[in-house]
Amino acid sequence: MSKELMNKKDIDRALTRMAHEIIEKNKGTGNLCLVGIQRGGVYLAKRLASNIKQTEKKDIPVGSLDIAFYRDDLNIRKEQPVVRRTEISFEVTNLKIILVDDVLFTGRSIRAAMDAVMDLGRPSAIQLSVLIDRGHRELPIKADYVGKNIPTALTETVEVQLEEEGFEDRVILKKIEDEK
Amino acid sequence: MLKNKDLLGIKELSAEEINLVLDTAGGFKDVIGRDIKKVPALRGKTAVNLFFEPSTRTRTSFELAAKRLSMDVINFAIPMSSVVKGESLIDTALTVQALGADFIIIRHSSSGVPHLLSTKVKASIINAGDGTDEHPTQALLDAFTIREKKGKIDGLEIAIIGDIAHSRVAKSDIYCLKKLGAKVRLIGPPTLIPEKIQELGVTVFHNMEEGLKDMDVLMMLRIQMERQGKGFFPSTDEYAKNWCLTTGRLSLAKDDAIVMHPGPMNRGIEIVSEIADGPRSVILEQVTNGIAVRMAVMYLLAGVKR
Repeated sequence: MSKELMNKKDIDRALTRMAHEIIEKNKGTGNLCLVGIQRGGVYLAKRLASNIKQTEKKDIPVGSLDIAFYRDDLNIRKEQPVVRRTEISFEVTNLKIILVDDVLFTGRSIRAAMDAVMDLGRPSAIQLSVLIDRGHRELPIKADYVGKNIPTALTETVEVQLEEEGFEDRVILKKIEDEK
Repeated sequence: MLKNKDLLGIKELSAEEINLVLDTAGGFKDVIGRDIKKVPALRGKTAVNLFFEPSTRTRTSFELAAKRLSMDVINFAIPMSSVVKGESLIDTALTVQALGADFIIIRHSSSGVPHLLSTKVKASIINAGDGTDEHPTQALLDAFTIREKKGKIDGLEIAIIGDIAHSRVAKSDIYCLKKLGAKVRLIGPPTLIPEKIQELGVTVFHNMEEGLKDMDVLMMLRIQMERQGKGFFPSTDEYAKNWCLTTGRLSLAKDDAIVMHPGPMNRGIEIVSEIADGPRSVILEQVTNGIAVRMAVMYLLAGVKR
């Protein structure tokens, strides 16, 4: 059983608005960079950067971050997370970093991402941008820019499907089926 | 994901598992190139180096790899331990486990020791060289280095040169490179190449000049000085004359061929300094890559359910 929460148009509109909010809050693009969390966040970071470029006519640096080595659940997961590359080709020290992720849930990935970024340097600030906030936080973490707030039950999952991974753009809510 | 809690040899690994280790090592190579060369992935775990044979490089590499994963590391110094008082191998391993080891990294002069211990302890056993059997992490770091330099391994022409018979590195390399689709040939005197080795799917050359022709990768092996005077080859001079990698001989391989050596090198015996220190040599990169590969092995083994 699944239900569509956002379609392509909805996602485009949300990202356009978030790009504007990012520019507004930071008063332009000075010292700004976007860092997407592998994998979904990386595609969204690139889309946000191109939206920002359309209005501000400026390129802002985009990086990708893998948080596998910083997770707090390595002992309890069924298997190790696949390690993807962290590619941040710029010095993060003194930059304002906008972390980009697809879904904000417990907040634990964001905690791991902040630790990972801090090991790369000392950014002047870290802000958080997510396409979906589904609630159920386990840590005191809050997003600065949110595409859509969606109340969910713990028995549900939220899937963000993107063109870059060979899907049609959409966000769907699924019931977790009982593992047999 | 890896199937077993232990890394005993390349023989037991599938091509898929080998590629997983190499892919994961790529992420760790980024980490060890940064200012902060450490990640918290295995914080709170303990690795014990249990080396019954002398080793500086491999032991140090494992130690650094463990530390960069935020583990605690103990080097069990054998000459000072109860082993000299006659404690059995299994008792030593059980003791190390009772001390809280999650990883036991073992090197031993007898083949099969890691395999035996792996059935006795819950900790992950990593084979750091057992007799003339295997040295799996060396083969993995060699494969990682080749893939990094050549972009692939499948279809490459790779020569392993020297004392194949006594080399656990050669054996692990052969298993590893064959599984990844390389064409492997062995070059050396008949006394140093085991008779039925072709059964592993390799070709054998007893002439250096013929063997080197058109190779993509040359993997030199260390001549073990303790073999000298035991009838395997007349003298080191004689060996160097026939089997030393010289500039003239290197020119027989492909123009972009790379030269590897697991170290420590006998300069002037199996390889001349001009090549070892030259632009085609990737010997020091092998050392750096060794840390990344060993980090990947420990990270992945930690995720195997037991």
